[in-house]
Amino acid sequence: MSSLSDPAHATTGGRRPLADRTSATPDELLDWLRQMLLIREFEVRTMQAYQDKKIGGFCHIYIGQEAVAVGCTAAVQHADPIVTAYRDHGHALARGMDPKYCMAEMFGKIGGCAKGKGGSMHMFDKPNNLYGGHGIVGAQTPLGTGLAFATKYIDEVIEGGKSRHVALCFLGDGAVNQGAFYEAKNLAGLFHIPVIFIVENNGYSMGTAIHRGTTMSHRLISKGEAFGIDGYEIEGMDVIDVQREMKAVADKCRETSRPAMVDMKTYRFKGHSMSDPRKYRTREEEEVWEAGDPITRLRDALIEEGLIDDAAFKALNREVKLQVRSSIEWADASPEPDITELFTDVYVEKFGPYLGTSMPQIVTDQENDR
Amino acid sequence: MANLTLVQAINLALVQEMEKDDRVLLLGEDVGLNGGVFRVTEGLQKRFGDHRVVDTPLAESGIIGTSIGLAMAGLRPVPEIQFEGFLGPAYDQLCSHAARMRTRTRGGLTVPLTVRVPVGGGIHAPELHSDSPEAIYIHQPGLKVVMPSSPYDAKGLLIACLRDPDPCIFFEPKRIYRAFREEVPEDEYVLPIGVARTVCEGDDLTVVSWGASVVQCMQAIEASNRSVELIDLRTLYPFDMDAVERSVKKTGRCVIVHEAPKTAGFGGEIAARIMERCFLHLEAPVQRVAGFDTIMPYYKLELEYLPDTERIGKAIEETVAY
Ligand SMILES: Cc1ncc(C[n+]2csc(CCOP(=O)(O)OP(=O)(O)O)c2C)c(N)n1
Ligand SMILES: [Mg+2]
Repeated sequence: MSSLSDPAHATTGGRRPLADRTSATPDELLDWLRQMLLIREFEVRTMQAYQDKKIGGFCHIYIGQEAVAVGCTAAVQHADPIVTAYRDHGHALARGMDPKYCMAEMFGKIGGCAKGKGGSMHMFDKPNNLYGGHGIVGAQTPLGTGLAFATKYIDEVIEGGKSRHVALCFLGDGAVNQGAFYEAKNLAGLFHIPVIFIVENNGYSMGTAIHRGTTMSHRLISKGEAFGIDGYEIEGMDVIDVQREMKAVADKCRETSRPAMVDMKTYRFKGHSMSDPRKYRTREEEEVWEAGDPITRLRDALIEEGLIDDAAFKALNREVKLQVRSSIEWADASPEPDITELFTDVYVEKFGPYLGTSMPQIVTDQENDR
Repeated sequence: MANLTLVQAINLALVQEMEKDDRVLLLGEDVGLNGGVFRVTEGLQKRFGDHRVVDTPLAESGIIGTSIGLAMAGLRPVPEIQFEGFLGPAYDQLCSHAARMRTRTRGGLTVPLTVRVPVGGGIHAPELHSDSPEAIYIHQPGLKVVMPSSPYDAKGLLIACLRDPDPCIFFEPKRIYRAFREEVPEDEYVLPIGVARTVCEGDDLTVVSWGASVVQCMQAIEASNRSVELIDLRTLYPFDMDAVERSVKKTGRCVIVHEAPKTAGFGGEIAARIMERCFLHLEAPVQRVAGFDTIMPYYKLELEYLPDTERIGKAIEETVAY
């Protein structure tokens, strides 16, 4: 049995009082709960919309991993850039994207965060410093190095101060096997780039269990050591632990302007994408992890501390349900892209080189009518 | 004879070649236990074992580079890349190594490698899962590039690639993986690389196409009342210019159809060759119906992007009426 199916990963490490575990305020804790509930509800509705054929293409669900995006985002500042792969709805919502833009993006509607041109795998939110959403596995990791390099350059060279940002670069456990990741780490180590590579280690790369595709899978952080990158192993199912430990990692990277690598143990409760019968794992294994549901854990902890009661929890749940429902209504109402959209946004100049060349007549006619 | 889909025909070709030749081995992400993202290699690991059907790490450069090493040593690796967009990380190995090894060693080494790659749009997938990058690999001397449009052709051409001493890229149009069935002989057979297929004969005009677009062309031709000859190139490098020349000299008119963006698409090369070889026979300018010079759009606009029967039909009419 792989270490990931060890039930120890799925249960809390004892019940210490909250004050010993976090310095977060009650409002912050409640907000993390709200964010995780929002992501969960959003993903449940996303699956339905996919089934209803409102969403096309590929769709990767984040359910089970909510504590990672929420905890990591809460551990850094809003100005710290984030980049991730295609399982990205959770990161977008945790970063503050209005769910309606996220939903409309998947619906392929104009109101989407990328005008419905990118879809589920390509969530971008520049004002919230979210730099995607990328479909080529592992290819976002050098971008993470570059984004962190940019903050350092701006802080030190342009503003003449001290490097004071970090970038969070998320990747999957399968992605650690891509060559690009090793180039990204070497550059980061060599140039003292404050990027944190967070491996969302959910144990599987599509149907490949981690030990079948990855060497040293019991100690992934060894893959940073050769580059002088400090490694951390964090249990990713409890948002309080995630935020606390990630904050320590981020503070250190910020202080020293050094990269870090985190092996974040988590689990995706659903299939790889919407068409995955999950034959490569057992129902028993899934149940073990489901028992450590990150939302239930935080809820119970907050109830135990008297920060929330059942009624308040239900009210919070109702609030996010309404929010998600209205995001769907909004996405439904958002217009379909018209054919001119094929030719915009490829180059900076509207229609760039296409005018009078390869645009079909119908587009040219439509434009002339405006 | 069996009535097979494209997926089943490819699976059958792999089974038969693996049974005959121990040097043939398959590699790729989830090709074994899971049978591949499109289930093309379903059942093969069970049948041939995990030494010959190898689940690899998620690493396209490694998969192709390792396959090239295997091939240089005399084996016959058949790596799968899950979608054409993931050829990116493998491009370096394909074009810097596989394509050049024979020249670089002055004939001393060769790379009998067949890379299987699902290609093209029409399945509601986004960019990098719907692209048509064939021209990039046609442009690289040293590679052979094949793209069948039917189950029968797929089986015969895949066997040809597997037995070919040079590196082949075998593009599988995913839109027609399961779109229709066709009678496919159970015995093995080889269709020669470099020979086109005349899908239907006609006198008014020649349509040249390949991959899933061939099916669109057939529908457009059926809907038109012109006598149209349809040539499916089937293999894109080397390509059967003689067949195109014969047909265009007969009809005097030609429309070329492909999914890839028009500019510097392979249609441009065909058009130029027609100009070189058939200039005095031409009654009309050669037209191209292609994808636009944009990034493959997300699914709402996918059908606007892909050549469809309407656009093809219009090009046929215009070219005949010219
Ligand atoms: C270069 C490349 N190869 C293959 C794929 C297909 N693919 C998409 S996700 C995936 C598995 C990735 O697993 P992991 O990195 O663990 O992330 P997770 O899905 O678990 O979040 C694969 C093989 C891809 N998108 N890009
Ligand atoms: Mg994974």
